[in-house]
Amino acid sequence: MSTMKDVTLEINGKNIRAKDGMSILQAAQAADIEIPTFCYHEKLEPYGACRLCIVEITEGKRTRLVTSCVYLVKEGLMVKTNTERVNKIRKMILELLLPLAPTGPLKTLAHQYGVKESRFPAEPTFCILCGLCVRYCAEIKKENAICFMGRGIDRHIVFVSEISAGVCSFCRECHDLCPSGKITKLSEEVASLSPLESEI
Amino acid sequence: MNKIKSPSELEKLRKEILGKKDPKKPSIVICGGTGCNALGAQQVVTVFKEAIKKQDLEGKIDIKETGCLGFCEKGPRVIIYPEEIYYFQVQSSDVSEIMSKTIIEKGLVERLLYTDLVTVEKAKNISDISFYKHQVRTLLQNNAKIDPKRIEDYIATGGYSALAKVLYKMTPEQVLEEVKKANLRGRGGGGFPTGRKWETTRNASGEPKYVIVNCDEGDPGAFMNRSLMEGNPHSVLEGLTIGAYAIGSHEGFVYVRQEYPLAVENTRIAIKQAEKHGLLGKDILGSGFDFTVKIHRGAGAFVSGESSALMTAIEGKVGEPKPKYIHTAEKGIWDKPSNLNNVETWANVPLIISKGADWFRSTGTEGSKGTKIFSLVGKVNNTGLVEVPMGITFRDMIYKIGGGIRFGKKFKAVQIGGPSGGFIPENLLDTRIDFDELRKIGGMMGSGGIIVMDEDTCIVDVARYYIDFLSQESCGKCVPCREGLRQMLNILNNICAGKGKDGDVELLEELSEFVMDASLCALGGTAPNPVLTSIRYFRDEYNAHIKENYCPAGVCRELITYYIQPEKCQACGICVRECPTEAIYGGKNIIHVIDQKKCIRCNTCLDVCPERFSAVEKIPRKSLPLSVPPDTKVVRKR
Ligand SMILES: Cc1cc2nc3c(=O)[nH]c(=O)nc-3n(C[C@H](O)[C@H](O)[C@H](O)COP(=O)(O)O)c2cc1C
Ligand code: FES
Repeated sequence: MSTMKDVTLEINGKNIRAKDGMSILQAAQAADIEIPTFCYHEKLEPYGACRLCIVEITEGKRTRLVTSCVYLVKEGLMVKTNTERVNKIRKMILELLLPLAPTGPLKTLAHQYGVKESRFPAEPTFCILCGLCVRYCAEIKKENAICFMGRGIDRHIVFVSEISAGVCSFCRECHDLCPSGKITKLSEEVASLSPLESEI
Repeated sequence: MNKIKSPSELEKLRKEILGKKDPKKPSIVICGGTGCNALGAQQVVTVFKEAIKKQDLEGKIDIKETGCLGFCEKGPRVIIYPEEIYYFQVQSSDVSEIMSKTIIEKGLVERLLYTDLVTVEKAKNISDISFYKHQVRTLLQNNAKIDPKRIEDYIATGGYSALAKVLYKMTPEQVLEEVKKANLRGRGGGGFPTGRKWETTRNASGEPKYVIVNCDEGDPGAFMNRSLMEGNPHSVLEGLTIGAYAIGSHEGFVYVRQEYPLAVENTRIAIKQAEKHGLLGKDILGSGFDFTVKIHRGAGAFVSGESSALMTAIEGKVGEPKPKYIHTAEKGIWDKPSNLNNVETWANVPLIISKGADWFRSTGTEGSKGTKIFSLVGKVNNTGLVEVPMGITFRDMIYKIGGGIRFGKKFKAVQIGGPSGGFIPENLLDTRIDFDELRKIGGMMGSGGIIVMDEDTCIVDVARYYIDFLSQESCGKCVPCREGLRQMLNILNNICAGKGKDGDVELLEELSEFVMDASLCALGGTAPNPVLTSIRYFRDEYNAHIKENYCPAGVCRELITYYIQPEKCQACGICVRECPTEAIYGGKNIIHVIDQKKCIRCNTCLDVCPERFSAVEKIPRKSLPLSVPPDTKVVRKR
């Protein structure tokens, strides 16, 4: 991969040079342009699930919304990270997530976007299913000690006790990744169970 | 069986098969499709076989079990050849009469013929049956001639001759051009031009290239793809092989949901037989072209039908959509170019090759050519599998083919396109069913499920049902689809439970727009359709629920009350006895009254009240009279 070309694109009216193969998000970050994210982590495969990083792009005459963490830069691409449409979507995402995780970085960001209160009923699970813990454990640690269960609105995360009993107490690297405090809560619950389980 | 090595050998075999057939020999065709099987077709087959054996007629009468014949509701279906007599609702007890009257004496068993709903006449020919009269069955017609477990039957109808033509007389580019010229559009929902998709995969860099059949069919109540895959699997395989040749692919997959065991079985047998005959595998028909097909059984999640999710599932991972901006046609299974088409799309291909693009284009509308298979269900008189030219109006579909609304009720809406399709109201019944017209009115073709609803259907409740389904069948990965649908469901649940608030409809609209704009895949991208179209065309019903606390169709339990009209009650005591919660008071000569606190609104009283009294009615909650006036407490003696 020695032939990584440079491309020039425009973000918020500024010309930016980026390496071919980079995502819009990476190019923006390199140029100190802020795009909010929840599910992105530089060490992990882009996941495209929180949709907070949505931006507006124009190619030729066509303007549309794309997720910047997975959309790759192209020569001449025009990107806007803060349009009315983009902000409306981010606000709604935050308003939908706030009832799940009313504290922490989410609250700060929500306030930043003018979301003080959500119109939706509180249901504090402390998990926004960004999958950082699950993917970190699978991609970096190669352990798969924590995983998703269920689909649709029943989706949640669980520790796989057969694996987590052996590895989690030494690692705990996912604790700092969690944006909403779920992991600490969940591992306390698992810990309270473990004497029983270790007897088996 | 030796492998067939050339088109002329194929033609020779076809003639041999046909030569062995005596056109005068009686043949009993029994539909073994899922609908008829559920109604007891297997039993009918067994009894026919026994009868043939007992009467020493083995070898003198053919018996054939086929795929779906269409009019499933009137199954089990039996056809007697060569006279082509169509019998409906045949039970095993009818077999001996059919044997003696029709097979031996060549007469009719009148009561098993179809009776026209209007003229009450018995139908002797298929063209006398309104359900069939208005159909154009190019894809489905062979279902009656084919035992899907016998490749010979397919070959006898000219099967695999399109493949022979392609391999010996056409270049891949010519095949591509023909499909493009036919303007075949994908039957899986989106209506994407098939030729263009093939070309993308053909031109994409990367080897190997894959071709895939999408037989996930996760829409509740749909059975179009299943009927083709079960009833005529070779037509799909032949189309797939032709596509592979055009694209330059040598490996294919048939993705079938686990819940379709018969489709899996018939496809498996078809692949084996095609391999044995040299119609799949190495050096197909002696042309030097190699192509193999594997079956992948899906775990039956609705979202797995989405292209990137389906391909992830074939890779052996959880079938979740990928957030990629490169089409699967370029980077699909294991990041290799992968062309996915729907079952019905593939089944059209051999016909286009055999009969030509111009023939295909002669049916349908400007933008949507050919025929389309639909499953027509709901509150119409005739339900089942239908095939019609693209561009038929909803009105013709419902009133001519469907025979109108059941029990003379009033039409309310028709829903098309699966769970994320749209509702279409009465004033749009003359809309033509084609890809572009549907999109204009907020609907979509989907894979072709049509559900007809009458005045007793609550649109808000049905929209709620779809959002409930989609919120559970979404993969749950991205926030807009998962959390957006969760809140939409919440609001709809509240509205149906009488807890709707001012502003709910507007919030639903706001959430709908957001979910469509921001979701990762097309499931979220289309999921709000039932909500948006129901608000667009039936806003009154939402308002009635929210503002008047009333469900006009009398469906949402929390919004209705059962009331015994004192002037009609004859104090017969039936409802008092039948009420499961003992909520009805009253005795001999004393007018019955429902204790609303105990009533669970199970509808029993309304069901059991004798029709000549019709004293029980469903009324809006708030219009419940406070109590029975004292002077009417006793039934006046007549
Ligand atoms: C949630 C979802 C479910 C789908 N389910 C099916 C399905 O069951 N069968 C199908 O053929 N296409 C389904 N599709 C469409 C496929 O993604 C794809 O467009 C189609 O198989 C392409 O074939 P075609 O071009 O022949 O229509 C689904 C799409 C979505 C978003
Ligand atoms: S950071 Fe791009 S979708 Fe979450």
